[in-house]
This record gives sequence, C-alpha cells and structure tokens, in this order.
Amino acid sequence: MNIKKESLASRRQRSTIICAYVFLIPVIILMVVFLFYPIVQTFINSFTSWNGISANKSFNGFYNWNKLIHDSDFWKAFLNNIKIMVLSLIIQMPIGILLATFLDTGGRKYNLFKIIWFLPLLMSSVAVGYLFHYVLATNGGIISGISQLFGGGVVDLLGSQKYALYAVIGVICWQFIPFYMVYYMAGYSSISEDLYEAAAIDGATRTQYIRKIAIPMLVPTIKSAIVMSVVGSLKYFDLVYVMTNGGPGTSTELMATYMYKNSFVTYNMGYGSAIAAGMFILITAIATIIMRVMNTGGDD
Amino acid sequence: MVSGKKNSHIGWIVAVIMAIFWLLIAFVPFLFMVLTGFKEKLEVILGGALAFPKSLYLDNYRSIITDPSFWNYFKNSVIVLVLSLFFLLLFTAFAAYPLSRFKFKGRGFVYFLIVACMSIPIHVTMIPVFQMSIRTHMYDSIWILIPTAVAFAIPVSVFIMTGFMQGIPKELEESADIDGCGRYRRFFRIILPLSKPGLSTLAIYNGVNIWNEFIFAFTLTQSEKNRTLPLALWNYQGQYSSNTAMIMACLTLSVLPMIIMFSILQDKLVKGMMAGAVKG
Repeated sequence: MNIKKESLASRRQRSTIICAYVFLIPVIILMVVFLFYPIVQTFINSFTSWNGISANKSFNGFYNWNKLIHDSDFWKAFLNNIKIMVLSLIIQMPIGILLATFLDTGGRKYNLFKIIWFLPLLMSSVAVGYLFHYVLATNGGIISGISQLFGGGVVDLLGSQKYALYAVIGVICWQFIPFYMVYYMAGYSSISEDLYEAAAIDGATRTQYIRKIAIPMLVPTIKSAIVMSVVGSLKYFDLVYVMTNGGPGTSTELMATYMYKNSFVTYNMGYGSAIAAGMFILITAIATIIMRVMNTGGDD
Repeated sequence: MVSGKKNSHIGWIVAVIMAIFWLLIAFVPFLFMVLTGFKEKLEVILGGALAFPKSLYLDNYRSIITDPSFWNYFKNSVIVLVLSLFFLLLFTAFAAYPLSRFKFKGRGFVYFLIVACMSIPIHVTMIPVFQMSIRTHMYDSIWILIPTAVAFAIPVSVFIMTGFMQGIPKELEESADIDGCGRYRRFFRIILPLSKPGLSTLAIYNGVNIWNEFIFAFTLTQSEKNRTLPLALWNYQGQYSSNTAMIMACLTLSVLPMIIMFSILQDKLVKGMMAGAVKG
C-alpha cells in the first residue's frame, strides 16, 4: 500500500517535470538561439579577424581586445555614454518628480497638462531623432529662429563639436521625462490618501506632506527609476544614430553607434564583436554596481 | 496660519507658471512638426519656423499616401507586429504557467536565466544574428524580424506574466484537478482565459516596442520592399533630405497611429507602456 502510494507520488512528480518543460520548450529554444548562442558567438568572434562576409575567419588572439583597450575613440564613446547617464539622472529625475508632484497635487483639473506632457513618449526614438534634427537645424529650425528673432545669429548646436552632445542629452530628456513622470505618478498613487488626511488633521500643509511623507515614501520608486535610467543610458542607439550619426567628428559617438559602424559600415566584424563584448561587460558591471548600491540603501 | 496659506498660494502660482513653461517645451516641437507638414517646400525656408502655413497645403501628405511603397512599409509592419505578438503572448503564457504554479527541479535556475537577460544590451547579439540570417537565407526578409522580436521581448514578458499568474488563486485549479482535468487542459481552459488582463498589458507594451523597432530591421533587411515603417522614415529622409516639409508630414503620419491609440485607450495605453518599468 505504502509502496504503491510512493510510486504514485513520484510518477506524478515526473509528469509535472515533463509538463513543465513541454511548456517551457518554445521559450528556451528561442532564447538559446537568439540570445545565449549569439552572446557566446560574439565573444568567440572577438578573437578573430573577419570581415563578416568571407568564410575565412582567422583567430588573432587578443589583438582586438588589445586594440579596444587602447582605442581612444571607444573610450571617448564610453565617456559620452557616461555623460548621458549622469546628466540624464540629474535632469530627468527631479523634473519627473516635480511634474508628477504637480499633477498629484493639482488633481483632475490639470488633465490637459498630463496629456500634453505625455506626448513625446508617443513618438519612436527614430521619429524623435529626425524631428530634432530639423528643430535644431540652422535653416528653418526653432532654436535658430528664436535666436534670429531676438537679433542673434543662427545657432548650430548639432554642428558644434562642443555642444552637440549636450543637445543630444537635451533631446533624450525631452523624450524620457514623461516616462519618469508617469512612473512617479504611479508611485504617488500607491500612497494611501488616508496618510494625507491624517497629516492634514495633524496640521500639516500640502508642502509639508509632500516633503516629509510623500517623497520619502517614493524612495523605492526613485531607486528603480535610477536603475532603469542608468541601464538605458548605456544602450542608446536609435536616436543618436539618426540625429547626428555620432558626429560632428566623434563628438556624439556612443558605444552602440561605434560598434555598429565598425561592424556594418566598415565591415570589421572581428573588432565590432570585441566592441560589442566590451560593451556587454561594461554595462553588466555598471548595472550590477548600481543595483547593489540601490539595494543596500534601505530595505524595499 | 493665514500667512502660511498665502505663501502656499504664491507657491502654487509659481508652480503653475513652471508647469506652463514645461507645457511649451513639450508641445512646441510637435507644433513645429504638424505645422511644417502643411507647408510648401520654399515656405519652410522663407517663413518663420513656427509661422502658420499660408494655406492648408496637402500635397506632402497626398504624395506620401498615394505612394505604394508607403503602404508596403505599412503592410510589412502590420505583419511583423501581428505575428510577433501572437507567438510572443502564446509562448510567454506557456512559460509563465509552470514557472508560476509548478514545483519542479530546475525552476529557480530557468527563471533566473530568463530574468537575468532583461538588462542585456541586444546589440551584443547583432553580429551573430546577422550571420545566422544569411546562413539560413532569411536575410533581407521580414520573416527574420519575427523570431528576433519575440526572442528579445521574452525576458521582460515572462517576468511580468509569471508575477501575474502567481496572483491567480490556487483553489480554482485545485478544484479542476479534483474533477480530473489534466494540466494541459487546465492551462487552456482556466489559466489562459484568466490571464487576459495581463496579456493585454503585455500586448500594448510589446506592441509599441515592436512597431517602433529600428536597429534590427535596419541591419537584417536591405531592400525597400522588405522594410518596416521606422525605416520608411530613413528612406524618405534619404530621398527628401532637403525638403523639411515632406519629412515632417511623414513624421506626423508615423506618430498618428500612436496618437489614435492613445485617444482610444488612454490610461490603459499609458499603463501598458509602463509595464516594462520593472526593477531589473
């Protein structure tokens, strides 16, 4: 009796496992073919000299990696990514919180504000890139138009080595601030209204409530927003590629655009793979560090 | 007390002024885009950037809409979107079911492997995927864009869906189990129908991303007839780079589907677009 029961249990367990993997098979196959295998292959390719078209791939040891470590263009691109990351945090997080706070305090009356503020998020990165390519153009663009209206000359932000990156960062902020605004609004709405009522009964003003109660309760939301912003900043491609194509010179080159150009414009795929692999390592390292830092700050 | 109230009034007025300022920043580029789309080629250069068009000039739109290649881009985008979403939702639901509701060896490991891929920069897979597409003769066809779209969307989607399915009460399935309903039937009869709200959120989130996908479509396709809408912008830009009005008309058309979706679905769309905003 006992033995029979056990075998029934183990048979049931086996059928559970089989059933589980039957359901998992499509996802596992797709991930192996399009994620795991390509990642491994990228690392292997990074040790070869290869133009991507011909069949002969010759191993050249650490040549590409050595070149990558000494490639000032790559590190310049990395630095540009870091600048985007830092300035995105400094600009997007506070403005996102301010806008969300405004809408949370103002209520339904300000729905029109919410809708218009949200608009940039409806555009794809490619469309945003093109739009601002023309908004910032010297000929018929908005910024130059305003400058000329006040008697100034044309302003060529995207043509200047010095300011192009900051113009790009401004556009990135324009596109993503609505995202963080909505994200913080969701954070606000998860705070119970009772808390405000209780605080109001105790004589707190709305400002005090926001500063002393709501913002501290928003900290976990802010932390995950920071993680998202950091990871996103290191991966940008579309917007920059269509808006400046990394130029003028290398002033707005990013890791992803640099990798793309090496691989698919000059067809140096061995070196392109090394860039991609280096990017993978850097992003994973930075993301891990940021997540650690964010998680030790408090228990959320 | 009274002065405190006065202060907060002034504070609110300052806040509203700042809010209006931000309204302008968010809106003026849009205004520029829409207005310029209705201008003639020379009008853009001679008139001011934000001047209203002299007349409602519709030729830009007319020449895009009557261009058969525009509709071809559109058709490709729709095919890629529909098929990718179908397989993505189906496979995601398949995977999330055992991950959320079974106890079996390897569950933790499989789940970890999938979720760990959420923050991977997809660019790292680009060269090998490109190579694969050539080897399988799928390079320069829209069909290669479907499995890649599905594969790259899987990690986040499985993560969200597993969380969603964990919220479906166990009792529902247990009573069906007692009634002799097997696991596979339980999935199709009970779990899948109950997962509809989660699936619709996923559909919106991934739908927007797939519709806007650029870099893989750009790398894996080459000929105009096999490209999707985001690349239509690219091609028009090459063709009409000096004709700002034409490009702006094209941009306006590319944003239009999203604006229509937004006005129909409103908060649902917003919520869906935020679905991927999970702590990595």
